[in-house]
Amino acid sequence: MKMIRGYPEDMRKSIDNVNKTRSKRIDQIIEDLSLEERKDVLDNFHPDYNPKYKRDISWGVNKGDNVPNEVADVIEAYPMVNPNDIDLNQIDYDVNILIIGAGGAGTSAALWANYSGVPKDEILLVTKLRLGDCNTVMAQGGIQAADRPVDSPLIHYMDAIGGGHFENKPKLVKALVNDAPKIIKWHKDLGVMYDCTEDGSFIENPGGGTSRNRMHCSKDYTGLEMFRTLKDEIINKEIPYLEFSPAIELITNETGGIAGAVLYNIETKQYFVVRAKTIILTTGGFGRLHVAGFPTSNHYGATMDGVVMAYRAGAKLRDLDATQFHPTGAAFPEQIVGLLITEKTRSLGAQVLGRNGEQICYPLEPRDVEASSIIKCCAATDNYIETPTQMRGIWLDSPLIEEIKGKGTILKNLSAMYRMMNRFDIDITEDPILVYPTLHYQNGGVELDENCYTSLKGLLAAGEISGGVHGKNRLMGNSLLEINVFGRRAGITAANEYKKKSTVGKLTLAHVHKSIKSLDALKLKDKRYSPTILPEYRSDIVRDRLVQLYEQSL
Amino acid sequence: MSKTKTKQEEETLTVKIYIMGSAHEVPASLTIMKAMEYAGFKIKRGAGCRAGFCGACATLYRKAGDYRIYAALACQTQVEDGMVLTQLPFVPAPKAIYDVDSLKPTASSILKFYPEVARCLSCNACSKVCPQEIQVMDYVQYCLQGQIDKAAELSFDCVQCGLCAIRCPAEIPQYHVGMLARRLHGKYNTSTPETLLERVEEIENGTFEEGFEELMSLSKDGLKKRYTERDFVDQKKA
Ligand SMILES: Cc1cc2nc3c(=O)[nH]c(=O)nc-3n(C[C@H](O)[C@H](O)[C@H](O)COP(=O)(O)OP(=O)(O)OC[C@H]3O[C@@H](n4cnc5c(N)ncnc54)[C@H](O)[C@@H]3O)c2cc1C
Ligand code: SF4
Ligand code: SF4
Ligand code: FES
Repeated sequence: MKMIRGYPEDMRKSIDNVNKTRSKRIDQIIEDLSLEERKDVLDNFHPDYNPKYKRDISWGVNKGDNVPNEVADVIEAYPMVNPNDIDLNQIDYDVNILIIGAGGAGTSAALWANYSGVPKDEILLVTKLRLGDCNTVMAQGGIQAADRPVDSPLIHYMDAIGGGHFENKPKLVKALVNDAPKIIKWHKDLGVMYDCTEDGSFIENPGGGTSRNRMHCSKDYTGLEMFRTLKDEIINKEIPYLEFSPAIELITNETGGIAGAVLYNIETKQYFVVRAKTIILTTGGFGRLHVAGFPTSNHYGATMDGVVMAYRAGAKLRDLDATQFHPTGAAFPEQIVGLLITEKTRSLGAQVLGRNGEQICYPLEPRDVEASSIIKCCAATDNYIETPTQMRGIWLDSPLIEEIKGKGTILKNLSAMYRMMNRFDIDITEDPILVYPTLHYQNGGVELDENCYTSLKGLLAAGEISGGVHGKNRLMGNSLLEINVFGRRAGITAANEYKKKSTVGKLTLAHVHKSIKSLDALKLKDKRYSPTILPEYRSDIVRDRLVQLYEQSL
Repeated sequence: MSKTKTKQEEETLTVKIYIMGSAHEVPASLTIMKAMEYAGFKIKRGAGCRAGFCGACATLYRKAGDYRIYAALACQTQVEDGMVLTQLPFVPAPKAIYDVDSLKPTASSILKFYPEVARCLSCNACSKVCPQEIQVMDYVQYCLQGQIDKAAELSFDCVQCGLCAIRCPAEIPQYHVGMLARRLHGKYNTSTPETLLERVEEIENGTFEEGFEELMSLSKDGLKKRYTERDFVDQKKA
């Protein structure tokens, strides 16, 4: 296969079409879809609307909810540890506030609990891998906040609720949009470098489904810049944290409230018991479950552990029927299939094109609509491009950005995208990027209220693990916002709880025993275990060998 | 001695790589990270985002017949025939504890917490090893000269992988120094836009409360109507 500047010769023919049509397309605006048209493309092409990929949850509080098979799989799975093997009399860490999951939501919660008067030694932050291995650090495009005179939190509210198909919890949306400017101010005071124009005002871009430009960004490293600053503060404030120590089960008390968690050291394989008065779950999303067989943009540890643990303890979930597929994951080269090509590429003007170099849809529809339009083009027409490994995709015309905004715009604003493709010899200032939807975001999760209380006493939640803020579909930039808004609120709520006098109660794992009973009654064909902790990517040959060894040992 | 190949292995183009000393035949199209998994390693350290953003997967390698040591992010680099690989655990480099609110964007702020910056030998080993191709030495030098704005901008794409720090003969934790420079720059060298401050004040004064009450009382159909009719100010629409 002959390669020319990163692309196989075959694909070059189609790239020529893209280059030829560019000057004609520069001012061409393609109409966006009406609500009815949106419904049509979603019904026919979005994986959420295909019953093949889903089934009903068979036990527990949300029994009967229709969710992706992969989500049902981890809920219909046995605990990875026998509850009788855990000695709850031996308490390894005794704190007031335990925060599980150190992404953006977890670190904001820890900082705000501390700012609100909880001494650092009363806080413990635990996380699965290294501090910084999370979805937050990978966020690229930006964070929404309505801070311009032509904009307002009310307009932001309408955009968010329409994007979520009007199924969002109104009080949560209000909290999200009304706290947003405060969050940007907090970040600015911490020294987060948001992109500014010469005159010192913020650069604000559009996003899919936004009616005003309100996307604040730090090049296409927005999450990195935000997270490393929060992490720097966690260390400056000397808030204790444990790495490589995922929680694998919550601990309840005699009244069913949450009173702690069991941690598992993934290297020494030891269990540790933490007792706490308030537990904040901030474990993020589920990309690594590969819903509907899709590749994912998510980090290695995004396996929905928090939802599983909370569900066993009886927490109510919501909106897990809706999964977010990001319209533009990389479809070529093979090494990076599924990794994100930020929506900011489209915010800056890149159009979405078929094989012939013509636009296939309005580039800034809400995510689910945009993704469905791309799937439609690849599944129901022949206007797609095929890679040497038979993957289908469509073009994202990045060079158009430089035509519209001037030479140098890509290096300045999309340096991560430029670098990623350039590592594989593709120059995105000269050639378009081949894309196809990728599994991106857990729209639903643990139900909470505006102060981050869940349906269980003692348990708070914040961030991607939660459900209700985004309804059935999140807009770009509302998630980085959510983790700060609700992380902060969770920290403040936990600090209020800290000030109240009450006791934790007696530690039990009764809920785990109860879950096992419910699972037994299901008589599952495959015996699965969860939380997943890390996905399995070893080759089939290796796995078969491991199974053989295991069977021989029996 | 060579092991017999499965049918699947015969059909895919493979390369031979060495992981921590042992030879493995892996598909040529894989990244270093996926090749290690293919070879049977379950990665626990040395992987995070798997996309080039978190710096957890710093890897050193040599190539057959080449004296040089190469460095890369394992999740962003394709395997090559003859690669001899080792994964690096994260090398500890102490981060100073400071309160940005009490500092100024000057060289002395940096030197106060990282006095070793003054020992930079200008050897450029850090820039050569950086998988993000950042001119690391230059941002260290800018810090020393008090050009905090330049240091902040030049170090901006750092994923904190730590490779520079382990190559530095002066034992400078460059990525921590860059972090401090960026925070000082972000906080002090650019002002907070007035419009943001005004909006925060409006929110605190409850300016939008009535509007929220009204929106939150709308039925779904009412909301839908409002949504379809909303105006777009900044974007061109057909
Ligand atoms: C590639 C990419 C780009 C994105 N771009 C944007 C964007 O431009 N704008 C935007 O608004 N949003 C964006 N998002 C979404 C946004 O980044 C995430 O939704 C958000 O950061 C989630 O934050 P979180 O704190 O809830 O979870 P995370 O940041 O994922 O943190 C969760 C943490 O919990 C840990 N954890 C998991 N399980 C356990 C356990 N059992 N025990 C202990 N710890 C555990 C994880 O390891 C992780 O460290 C993007 C997401 C991705 C993946
Ligand atoms: S500056 Fe240092 S820590 Fe940052 S990416 Fe480059 S080598 Fe890694
Ligand atoms: S490696 Fe150390 S001594 Fe050499 S240029 Fe970089 S910072 Fe200076
Ligand atoms: S795993 Fe995060 S940079 Fe490679």
